[in-house]
Amino acid sequence: MITSAPEQANPVGHSAGGPPAGPTPPETATAIELVRITKRFGTGSRAVAAVDDVNLVIREGEFFSLLGPSGCGKTTTLRMIGGFEQPTGGEILLHGKDVVGTPPNKRDVNMVFQSYALFPHMSVFENVAFGLRRKAVAGSEVKRRVGEMLELVQLQGKDRRRPSQLSGGQQQRVALARALINRPRALLLDEPLAALDLKLRQTMQIELKSIQREVGITFVFVTHDQNEALTMSDRLVVMNEGHIEQVGSPREMYERPRTRFVAGFIGTSNLMTRSIASMDGTTAILECGAGERFVVRDAAALGAVPGGKIDVTVRPEKITLGTEPAGGEMCSLRATVTNVVYMGAWTQYAVRLADGAELTVFIQNATNSEDAAERGAEVWLGWDPAHSLAVAPQ
Amino acid sequence: MSTTIEASSTATSGAVAPPPTVHKVRRGWLLPTWGWIVIVWLASPVIVMIVFGFNNTSGKFNIQWQGFTLTWYRNLFVIPQLTDSLITSIEISVIVTIIATALGTLMGFALGRYRIRGAGSINLVMFANIAAPEVALGAALLSLFLTIGFPLGFWSIVIVQVMFSIAYVAVTVRARMAGLAPSVEEAARDLGAGPIVTFFRVTIPMITPGIMAGALLTFALSIDDYIITSFNAGSTVTFPLWVFGAARTGVPPQVNVMGTLIFAFGVVLAAIGFVTGRRKKRQLDGE
Repeated sequence: MITSAPEQANPVGHSAGGPPAGPTPPETATAIELVRITKRFGTGSRAVAAVDDVNLVIREGEFFSLLGPSGCGKTTTLRMIGGFEQPTGGEILLHGKDVVGTPPNKRDVNMVFQSYALFPHMSVFENVAFGLRRKAVAGSEVKRRVGEMLELVQLQGKDRRRPSQLSGGQQQRVALARALINRPRALLLDEPLAALDLKLRQTMQIELKSIQREVGITFVFVTHDQNEALTMSDRLVVMNEGHIEQVGSPREMYERPRTRFVAGFIGTSNLMTRSIASMDGTTAILECGAGERFVVRDAAALGAVPGGKIDVTVRPEKITLGTEPAGGEMCSLRATVTNVVYMGAWTQYAVRLADGAELTVFIQNATNSEDAAERGAEVWLGWDPAHSLAVAPQ
Repeated sequence: MSTTIEASSTATSGAVAPPPTVHKVRRGWLLPTWGWIVIVWLASPVIVMIVFGFNNTSGKFNIQWQGFTLTWYRNLFVIPQLTDSLITSIEISVIVTIIATALGTLMGFALGRYRIRGAGSINLVMFANIAAPEVALGAALLSLFLTIGFPLGFWSIVIVQVMFSIAYVAVTVRARMAGLAPSVEEAARDLGAGPIVTFFRVTIPMITPGIMAGALLTFALSIDDYIITSFNAGSTVTFPLWVFGAARTGVPPQVNVMGTLIFAFGVVLAAIGFVTGRRKKRQLDGE
């Protein structure tokens, strides 16, 4: 059995909620495992590592997303799993078997391409049937399974159309059906929704997720859209400049970002670099003005020492605004409101701290019909110390 | 949700949207007149050829209009050497078209899809092939055949014509390949097709417009080639060679008729190629 050793190799790769290390629980079998995968383009001193020493475990049946900005190596990683790029180093295990060097047509995975890559000279039926024809499946069986597939993606009656006669969303569905009909062990999706307009994309997000639940196949989904990754994934990885920043569930990624990059990339973040006044066990007490309090728990693991610096973030919706210091154990900082934007369900405040740092605060408009503070007002920010999140610097 | 898709399908089908207005500037009479002069200039030899195919000539030279007749159409094949030369030419052209199209397609595919070693020199040789004067090519090939002792005749003509046609096919196919996303072929590989099946089931159908254009060009170049062929023909007589030989003693009107028929065939072929090519391209390129 393969253990989560690769996660050990990556100090920031632990997920907060899951077991910190040790063997993968037996009930979640490993579908795809990347072991020290590296991909360099070019040769010699001009070689660029698109993917640099990446270790990753994707579990059987999960919806797993590779998330990151363009050029972070997510698509290259996916293409290496599919067999379209050869890694310069490392192993790709599909269900425990190393497939490096195996051509795409001999791998038990299928891909949905960003541009759909439908065969323009074939009907929808023949596009979907292509994989079965290669396996010499009997004609009646092909007809039945293509029919089933077209029904699954809601394209009944469109089987005789050419791809050019379909809308973008419909082409997307054909691409999905064409890949899924082969019953792959894993489906690879390379930004499949990027070409669709917003409304259609949201529809397809929900549909894709429900299809995944229905067929129970492992989906590996590449996207640069953090909303998409958060709403669709069971787990996701955030990549940056060819390496893994963090792996975890959407909730873990949002509630407990491990690095500055993840905190900034997923959701809105109030990232600050502050000086440490003293340590109380593993808790760092940060330098503050009179009456203020700013503590960060579990900071010692990130190398916090008195007199040192620490990168810390607080999510905007965790912060409250008040006229008095929050008191007790709560973190409490003095600030000036510089802008108020009414957003309907919530109000967004821009505030400036005494040291000049600009923060964002979201206050839900649950009961108060009036804004908690006006522009220019002196206020006290308050939050639970559990929401002061220490993150690894870049 | 179905309404969303319906709406977007109407939005993407360009036929519904009004075409962008093109402002055609009236340029007066000079440009159209010039255009027509060029057309007349280009077409007049062809028109003369067609017209004199119907000339009721009696002398050796078919250069004076002597009244309308269909005699030459009725007695098209009465000159055995002329008929033989036409058959030889058609045979050669068909063989050359098949061979040059097959080889040129593979070459264009390789150049258009892969970064291959020596692509630069191949492109240079292809360009030289197209640009080199035919006299130089013909003489060089003749000396090659003489050196290696290859017998001049039918097959030497086929070889030289294939040689100068390949580049044209390769160039048109390469152009078509350039406009083709590699992901479509990757998708075929992904769905279980090996490289050979992918090539024949996916690549070839998608570059068919380019292949057809190259084949038509090859046939046209082959059937009327005179210079290179004359160097390497030996005792074999093709249609252009026979006509050139006959010109010294007087060209029989049957030549006009055959010329007309070849021209008509070419025009029909080109028209079919144009129409199907456009339909095919529209289908392949989508939207």
